Amino acid sequence: MSAPQSLFDKIWARHAVVTRPDGAVLLLVGRHLLHDGSGAAFRFLAERKLPLHDRRHTFGTPDHYVSTAGNDLASISEAFRRDLVAGMAENARKHGFTHFGLGDPRQGIIHVIGPEQGITLPGITMVCGDSHTSSHGALGALAFGIGASEVAHVLATQTLWQSRKPQSMRISVEGKLGAGVTPKDAILAIIARIGTAGGTGKVIEYAGPVFRDMSIEGRLSVCNMSIEAGARAGMVAPDETTFAYLKGRPYAPQGAMWDRAVAFWRTLPSDPGAAFDAEVTLDGSAIEPMATWGTSPEHATAVTGAVPDPAAAPTAERREALAAALHYMGLSPGMRIDEIPINRVFIGSCTNSRIEDLRAAAAVLKGRKAKVQAWAVPGSGLVKRQAEREGLDQVFKDAGFEWREPGCSMCAGVNGDLVDPGVHCASTSNRNFVGRQGPGARTHLMSPTMAAAAAVTGHITDVRRLMAGEA
Amino acid sequence: MEPFSTVDAKAMPLDMTNVDTDQLVPARYLWRPRQDGYAEILFHDLRSEPGFPLDAPAHKGAAIMVADRNFGCGSSREHAAWALVDSGFRVVIAPSFGDIFYSNSFKNGLLPIVLPEARCAELRAALARNPGAHLVVDLPAQTVTGPVGVNDGFSVDSFAVDPLRKELLIAGQDETGLTLSLADTIKGFVAGYAEAMPWV
Repeated sequence: MSAPQSLFDKIWARHAVVTRPDGAVLLLVGRHLLHDGSGAAFRFLAERKLPLHDRRHTFGTPDHYVSTAGNDLASISEAFRRDLVAGMAENARKHGFTHFGLGDPRQGIIHVIGPEQGITLPGITMVCGDSHTSSHGALGALAFGIGASEVAHVLATQTLWQSRKPQSMRISVEGKLGAGVTPKDAILAIIARIGTAGGTGKVIEYAGPVFRDMSIEGRLSVCNMSIEAGARAGMVAPDETTFAYLKGRPYAPQGAMWDRAVAFWRTLPSDPGAAFDAEVTLDGSAIEPMATWGTSPEHATAVTGAVPDPAAAPTAERREALAAALHYMGLSPGMRIDEIPINRVFIGSCTNSRIEDLRAAAAVLKGRKAKVQAWAVPGSGLVKRQAEREGLDQVFKDAGFEWREPGCSMCAGVNGDLVDPGVHCASTSNRNFVGRQGPGARTHLMSPTMAAAAAVTGHITDVRRLMAGEA
Repeated sequence: MEPFSTVDAKAMPLDMTNVDTDQLVPARYLWRPRQDGYAEILFHDLRSEPGFPLDAPAHKGAAIMVADRNFGCGSSREHAAWALVDSGFRVVIAPSFGDIFYSNSFKNGLLPIVLPEARCAELRAALARNPGAHLVVDLPAQTVTGPVGVNDGFSVDSFAVDPLRKELLIAGQDETGLTLSLADTIKGFVAGYAEAMPWV
């Protein structure tokens, strides 16, 4: 009898082409995703005079550099950005991989359209030259971000060397999330607990009733931010929710093949007694709506909390780091989180731009007005269309939001969608690093409902109190 | 890629935890073509701050950086490794690294070395007291020696490195040649994979 295996063990074993005596493993790549920042890898390929090895398993879309003012090349005002987006379309023509280009309603953020198209499947390996590739683990794939040299290697061989098998970590969230508490709050609470290096070198499996009860959209938000805990990948075992989500998606298996695939996917969840190198357990009912106050995703706390006092930190090094974060953010120690002013709101990014995110934010905004400049940026053309069919665009517009075209937008700002210096931005994205949304920009990470509440009041607000008429 | 063996060079201490790739290379420079070079982009928004060590005259020509916990966390941008290499760095020593940065470094001839947190702190303090002091990094022997010539905090520390990465770094090669030589093995494996999971 073989030893009990985890979901991760099973996928790893099925994709290990070669395992060297020194532990290095050549891994087969099930799906390779590309975006408009992948150009360097194609240049490496050209320099080596190598062809694309497996166009059938390679998919791409422009997302980082596209304009969110118009879904076409002409809307991109700077030549260098146009060149990157046009260059990707040219590479797709030249090499023959599937490309959802500007003007195609399927275009959008690569980590939104992978699941949406059924390109993301349980039990396979997936890589992309973007750290938030961990998102796809929500469907039970082993998915992780790689650098440009590795992208070139995958283009040339459809495989990737891993110097050894990563360690595993199981994060269980027990119980139920409270009313008004979202998947984004759960992942921010996890990162606040284990730290931004808490998962370094590890593949996380999210387990327990909170994730079992969670929608695929919610699991995508959670797995997306695994990298913010330092982890290589995050995953949730596939279940009926996963199968119901995937059924009928364009690139998912169909007919008899679907039944065969589902039968196999049912064997994937971790066996009872499977070993993990680390285990963490949280009580879901204790998680409150969260927001970040500092310059690292681990600088997150409950909206009912306060900005910490650096003087209380245990070491001189930590005192200095906290003081530097508060200086950059323009906040004072002890200030209540719900008194932090907000001057700008961004609802979007690969973390929170799916239909469920837009529905949740719109439910808060209905009948209310934003006090500050606020944007809603759907994650794909199909999400945008769906939202418009449901009338959500009108809710956003009536609340004073701009309703934009799909793309990564203000999460990294590489398309020019930037937050001005000193401006506090309530953002549903994933990183609050110094300068991430623009030089001097002050990012506060939170859920779509919390961002909507902040837009309405002009300060960080407990969305539960707003909805109860108390804020 | 330049073959790597032994580096005897000035070492620069950097007292910052969680240095993310947005600090190493701000996102607004990511479109810049590789061949244009990234030397002046390294720590673009930090390097002019008072006390930031990168442009201190004593660190001119430094090829080794001694950093703190979780160096290179954040995005997958390989530009972070390019900017360090283009600035002359061959080695970064830290208690821990962001995973993708760690992997990207090897592909660019940059050796990331994990040493214990206390030893990194000791090295940074000794280098701060002796600006411009050298460390010697010997990849074949897997040792960091120094600081040399200053009689302050000297030690010889061993470090671990994955054998395949070490082999390729010493040869100045990436993995593509090795993988292409396994083409038949891969082809056979893919056939079995496609039979077991035909829907992929």
